[in-house]
Amino acid sequence: MAEIVAVIASTHHPFYYRASTAVGEDRPPFADEWVPKIEAFRETLTRARPDVLVMVGSDHFHQLWLDNMPQFLVGKAPFYDANWYNEEREFGLPRMTLAGQEDLSAHVLRGGLDMGFDLAFSNELRIDHSITCPIITLRPEADLPIVPIYTNIFAPPLPRPERFVALGKAIRELVESWPSDQRVAIIGTGHLSLELGGPRQFGEHGPDPEFDRRAVEWIANGDIDGCCREVTLDSLHLPGNATHGFMDFMLMMGVAGEGAKAHHVDSLDLFHTMEAYFTWYPNGAPV
Amino acid sequence: MVPERSAGVSKYLLDKFLFTIDRDPALVERYRGEPRATVEWWEAEEANRILSCIADERSTWLAFDDVEREALATHDHVRLFELGAHPFLTLTLFIAMFERDHGPLEYQLAYGAALQHLSMPYPDIAT
Repeated sequence: MAEIVAVIASTHHPFYYRASTAVGEDRPPFADEWVPKIEAFRETLTRARPDVLVMVGSDHFHQLWLDNMPQFLVGKAPFYDANWYNEEREFGLPRMTLAGQEDLSAHVLRGGLDMGFDLAFSNELRIDHSITCPIITLRPEADLPIVPIYTNIFAPPLPRPERFVALGKAIRELVESWPSDQRVAIIGTGHLSLELGGPRQFGEHGPDPEFDRRAVEWIANGDIDGCCREVTLDSLHLPGNATHGFMDFMLMMGVAGEGAKAHHVDSLDLFHTMEAYFTWYPNGAPV
Repeated sequence: MVPERSAGVSKYLLDKFLFTIDRDPALVERYRGEPRATVEWWEAEEANRILSCIADERSTWLAFDDVEREALATHDHVRLFELGAHPFLTLTLFIAMFERDHGPLEYQLAYGAALQHLSMPYPDIAT
């Protein structure tokens, strides 16, 4: 069976690509602190020597739209083109093409349906920065096949937080039951407290530093119970109007498992939102 | 019988306008330069187009009300927020149109400052 060699949860900050590649006057003051943190985070994936990446993210109204909105969707395609005009325009993101791992996609879809998750699927999916940002930060060579999994954290009505955790647990079981000798890393990205388009946007810190502090503790300690006691669809409005993206972190806590302490924990207090990075090694840290 | 339109449908059309303009470079410029004319053209020609269907298989019932049309025609992002338009769509499109006229982050901060009178809970964005 396949082996899960790393579980990684991260924020996906679309400014990183431009910040880290800018030079001279264009280079923002926070870039020199940010880049070493990302490089250390990248090393946690490199050390695990993955063959395949399962990538959990959320389409930001790019291909998925309100006339036909899935809650959870699995890509099953031989290739995924990536990034969109408005992401090139606003963030300077490059266009990319990533290979797909269709056999694992098919296994996740069949098994997920049989476990009670009515997963939507897509045979032609152009992915966005929720998946390409972690490729850029963690695997800039973009040389590994992926299985993209999209969640709806964006267009209410949304699934409840517990459902994200349950799907994360299911994804772990499904990957571990994939009849293959491949080494799989499961990577998911979301947000801590975040406000977009509202009165608290683009502040000196994330809109709710206290939420961020507690969220990092929940994730780092694998405290699924504590997190689920505090976090509801209603409560997530309070730290910032885009904070429902935190449910993708909850999904990744489900992948990592109850009580699973992260091997690598790091964060960076940027203006606008806090960055946070976590890596678990389910079978122990690689030597 | 024409059933009364629900508030959710109305928000959907605001979002559909923002979504379809934002993804098209030419329409972003057109809406920046001629907002009222762009909104009128879009409502007449595009509002009922189902995005994954051919033109002949279009809807028959989508229209803005006067408040929505005016908010879009005057680039009034505060009113759009109050009406429950999706904040991500509004922000992304308005940054594309107006950030270029300002210094770094200046537009984004002014955009947020214009919304300071709002308190939790924010208007519902569910469609």
